[in-house]
Amino acid sequence: MNRYFPFFPPEASTTARGVDGLYFFMLTVCGLTTLLVAVLVIVFAVRYHEKQHPHAAHIEGHAALEVFWMVIPFGIFMVMFGWGARLYFTQNRPPNNAIKITVVGKQWMWKIQHAEGQREINALHVPVNQPVELSLISEDVIHDFAVPAFRLKMDVLPGRYRTTWFQATQTGTFHLFCDQYCGTQHSKMIGEIIVMEPDAYRKWMSTSLTMGSPAFEGQRLFQGLSCISCHRADSGARGPSLSGLYGQPVHLADGTTVTADENYIRESILYPNAKIVAGFQPIMPTFLGQLNEEQVLDLVNYIKSLAPQEQTQPYSNRTTPPAGPRPMETKTYPQ
Amino acid sequence: MSTLTAQPLSPQPLAPELPANHYLNESHGLKSWLLTTDHKRIALLYMASITLMFAIGGIFAMLMRLELLTPPADLVSDDTYNKLFTMHGIIMVWFFLIPSIPTTLGNFLVPMMIGAKDLAFPKLNLMSWYLFNIGAVVTIYAILSGGVDGGWTFYTPLSTGYLNSHVVAAATGIFIAGFSSILTGLNFIVTTHRMRAPGMTWKRLPLFMWSNYATSVILVLATPVLAITLALVAVERLLHFGIFNPALGGDPVLFQHLFWFYSHPAVYIMILPAMGVISELISTFSRKRPFGYAYIAGSSIAIAAFGFVVWAHHMFVAGISVYAALVFSLMSYAVSLPSAVKVFNWTATLYKGSISYRTPLLYALGFLGLFTVGGMTGLFLAALGLDVHIHDTYFVVAHFHYIMVGGTIMAYLGGIHYWWPKISGRMYPEVWGRLSALLIFVGFNLTFFPQFILGYLGMPRRYHAYPPEFQVWHVLSTAGASILGVGYLLPLIYLTWSYKNSPVAGPNPWGASGLEWQTQSPPITHNFVTTPIVTREAYDYTGIPAPALAVRSEEEASTYVS
Ligand code: HEC
Ligand code: HEM
Ligand SMILES: [Cu+2]
Ligand SMILES: [Cu+2]
Repeated sequence: MNRYFPFFPPEASTTARGVDGLYFFMLTVCGLTTLLVAVLVIVFAVRYHEKQHPHAAHIEGHAALEVFWMVIPFGIFMVMFGWGARLYFTQNRPPNNAIKITVVGKQWMWKIQHAEGQREINALHVPVNQPVELSLISEDVIHDFAVPAFRLKMDVLPGRYRTTWFQATQTGTFHLFCDQYCGTQHSKMIGEIIVMEPDAYRKWMSTSLTMGSPAFEGQRLFQGLSCISCHRADSGARGPSLSGLYGQPVHLADGTTVTADENYIRESILYPNAKIVAGFQPIMPTFLGQLNEEQVLDLVNYIKSLAPQEQTQPYSNRTTPPAGPRPMETKTYPQ
Repeated sequence: MSTLTAQPLSPQPLAPELPANHYLNESHGLKSWLLTTDHKRIALLYMASITLMFAIGGIFAMLMRLELLTPPADLVSDDTYNKLFTMHGIIMVWFFLIPSIPTTLGNFLVPMMIGAKDLAFPKLNLMSWYLFNIGAVVTIYAILSGGVDGGWTFYTPLSTGYLNSHVVAAATGIFIAGFSSILTGLNFIVTTHRMRAPGMTWKRLPLFMWSNYATSVILVLATPVLAITLALVAVERLLHFGIFNPALGGDPVLFQHLFWFYSHPAVYIMILPAMGVISELISTFSRKRPFGYAYIAGSSIAIAAFGFVVWAHHMFVAGISVYAALVFSLMSYAVSLPSAVKVFNWTATLYKGSISYRTPLLYALGFLGLFTVGGMTGLFLAALGLDVHIHDTYFVVAHFHYIMVGGTIMAYLGGIHYWWPKISGRMYPEVWGRLSALLIFVGFNLTFFPQFILGYLGMPRRYHAYPPEFQVWHVLSTAGASILGVGYLLPLIYLTWSYKNSPVAGPNPWGASGLEWQTQSPPITHNFVTTPIVTREAYDYTGIPAPALAVRSEEEASTYVS
């Protein structure tokens, strides 16, 4: 890449090559079409100048020609559409073997948390040639996590976890930008992605441990906030057991069923009355305002880490859905 | 030659004189202007208002370009920069581009093109202008009392819960100006339906009328959504009802759906009238009926219709489902098809024409180039996987400036030059006109082409400091902006000058075929002495003599300058 006249950003992830492929295809097609139009306009403008051509011909139009220049561009558009859609699906489907990292955006910094507990601000260390899955959330307004070298970008929303992923193919340091206007210091909400060889990465990981893993921190919170007083596995507990909850369907008091993903767990902690688990009273207090997004993430991670109990019934103290037509099938929504 | 029973076409006299009575000298004094219901005078009032707003928006732009000359933040503070781009966007979008062609050329031409005395509701028309100015004054108040940031897009929950600038005041200004848009649209729709002269069938409407009609429909249907959206922002900001802010139980993405449901059609409010102007200019200066009249007219309607179902292409990374994204990408390609059809038809119109390179045609060809590039880069942005990379970068900035600034302002200025003889009764200076068209074209490309490269490199929008390796493209861009500034300033100066000093134009200096050219320049207040009866097809040049001016030599043309 030219230092003084840079034309392309580094191509440093597995998706970057695919995106650039489409970009060059479109540049070629659109460039040629523009050229064609320009040449026609110039040729006509010169050939049919009033001095050479004082009397204009009378031409109404040409139906076949109209059809021609509708059908051909449409075909080309569909190639662009399909190609773009394919890339988009890849960008939105993280592979299963990815390292999981959480990102919290807030005015005006990026807070990053690794699965083993390393935390960094405005920097993200990752190993080369390894898929990395990011779970992103904002503490205040909408931000946008953008890494041009990876052709990666995702808006970071308040109140909702979103996931994206990348796999770096080059070691080095790359720009991290916030691409969504977020207030005064938007242009300072920048950072670095440091892609390292696996050895160097392992070394970095072992020397920068400052806190316990998110799940560990979450367990401390779980006890400190006395979640444990209600969420016990025994049958006398006032709240449902959380063991093995993650990823399972949850039957709600209104008869509907939801899957317990991160967003559901987060909502259960901050807005406990939004969805009530069937068979329980709405007595859980809200923790809104007492926890910041990182602490919520710690709790979510802790709950995710709880293995199912060794029982045939995973949810020991839950009401078993009645036999016959399950509530889900006779689903009614409250007005 | 039987277009008009009352005023048959006559060859352009070689040394015409100004008519004794016309709409400009019918009455005098400030009051005669401020209380006028003449659509032509109202068009001029609008022209004054939007020119002023354009100047204010332009100054903000120049300050931004100066700041961006160097990578670190040096000229202005971050808050100031954020306010500059916000106020630049608000003013340019709502107080210049949206009203630009409809309220000036549209107001002036709609009744004339269909052989009417005035719009259907002349008083409503005047009221639109007042509403527009009240909106502008409120917005300027927001600027003077400290300004507003957040971007012209007002994204929530930033705008409702986190900014402490004058969001509500600015939104109120836009809200009020929105009513001006709605009334104008309504007026045009009714006029087009009810006021056409005998014989002026829909198929005989000039293409400008078709695109102006399509625009009016969008104005009436989309603007109320904007008004509601801004009202909801104000409600959440002032009363803390949870609508968009998740901390209050709202949904921030909902705002984006509402906002773009208006704002994507709004981009067509800006470009459709421009397309109408271009159809007129290309036809007149190649003395030929537009190739595929029905396809050009139909594509305006198709754009207006499809334009309502592509809004979420602004939200591909904002948190919509992949399947929704798929649909909106597909629809975006569908909406670009009619634009492509127009470009091909305009090009084909030149084929076997009899072309004269007058200033308006130069502007039209400039439009063709810039609109083609702008439209093509829209295809890049509509490709899902590629948009992930270039969304919210300078690529988007370049894309919409190519269309909205390159396209719309080229057409606006081309139209002003073309109809200037009708508006003022006098010619504009040809050499200066060509120079301005050239300067604008060159300056524009130098300003905005580097921004495509910047965008692909990853330069984010709305940054006032940036990594040093991007500098070279910013320097080029700022250099281009200076040329562009001069290019925009020139017409203001020489057109003002020409109003008193240029040669008199006569009724039809271009040998054009539209009804507006069949009456004196400047027209009388009621446009036509008697209501014309239309018996010819649109763009029928048979029997209309080629313009005397067009065959004059360069030297003669240049004498206008001295
Ligand atoms: C006063 C008792 C009480 C306390 C304290 C309490 N909860 Fe709950 N929690 C409940 C009850 C009862 C329910 C089920 C009813 C409902 O959905 O609100 C519940 C539901 C939940 C759920 C959804 C479970 C499911 O099966 O779908 C999660 C997750 C949860 N709580 C997490 C927590 C966390 C984390 C804390 C501590 C920060 C906590 N709770 C503190 C009573 C409590
Ligand atoms: C014809 C006139 C057009 C105008 C006036 C126009 C204007 C705009 C504007 C203002 C934006 C940026 C909004 C923002 O982020 O603030 C934009 C973005 C976009 N335009 Fe256009 N556009 C036009 C044509 C097209 C066409 C034909 C297409 C589709 C093929 C298109 C596709 C897009 C897309 C997908 C975006 C979103 C890009 C992103 O934010 O990542 N545009 N356009
Ligand atoms: Cu930001
Ligand atoms: Cu759009």
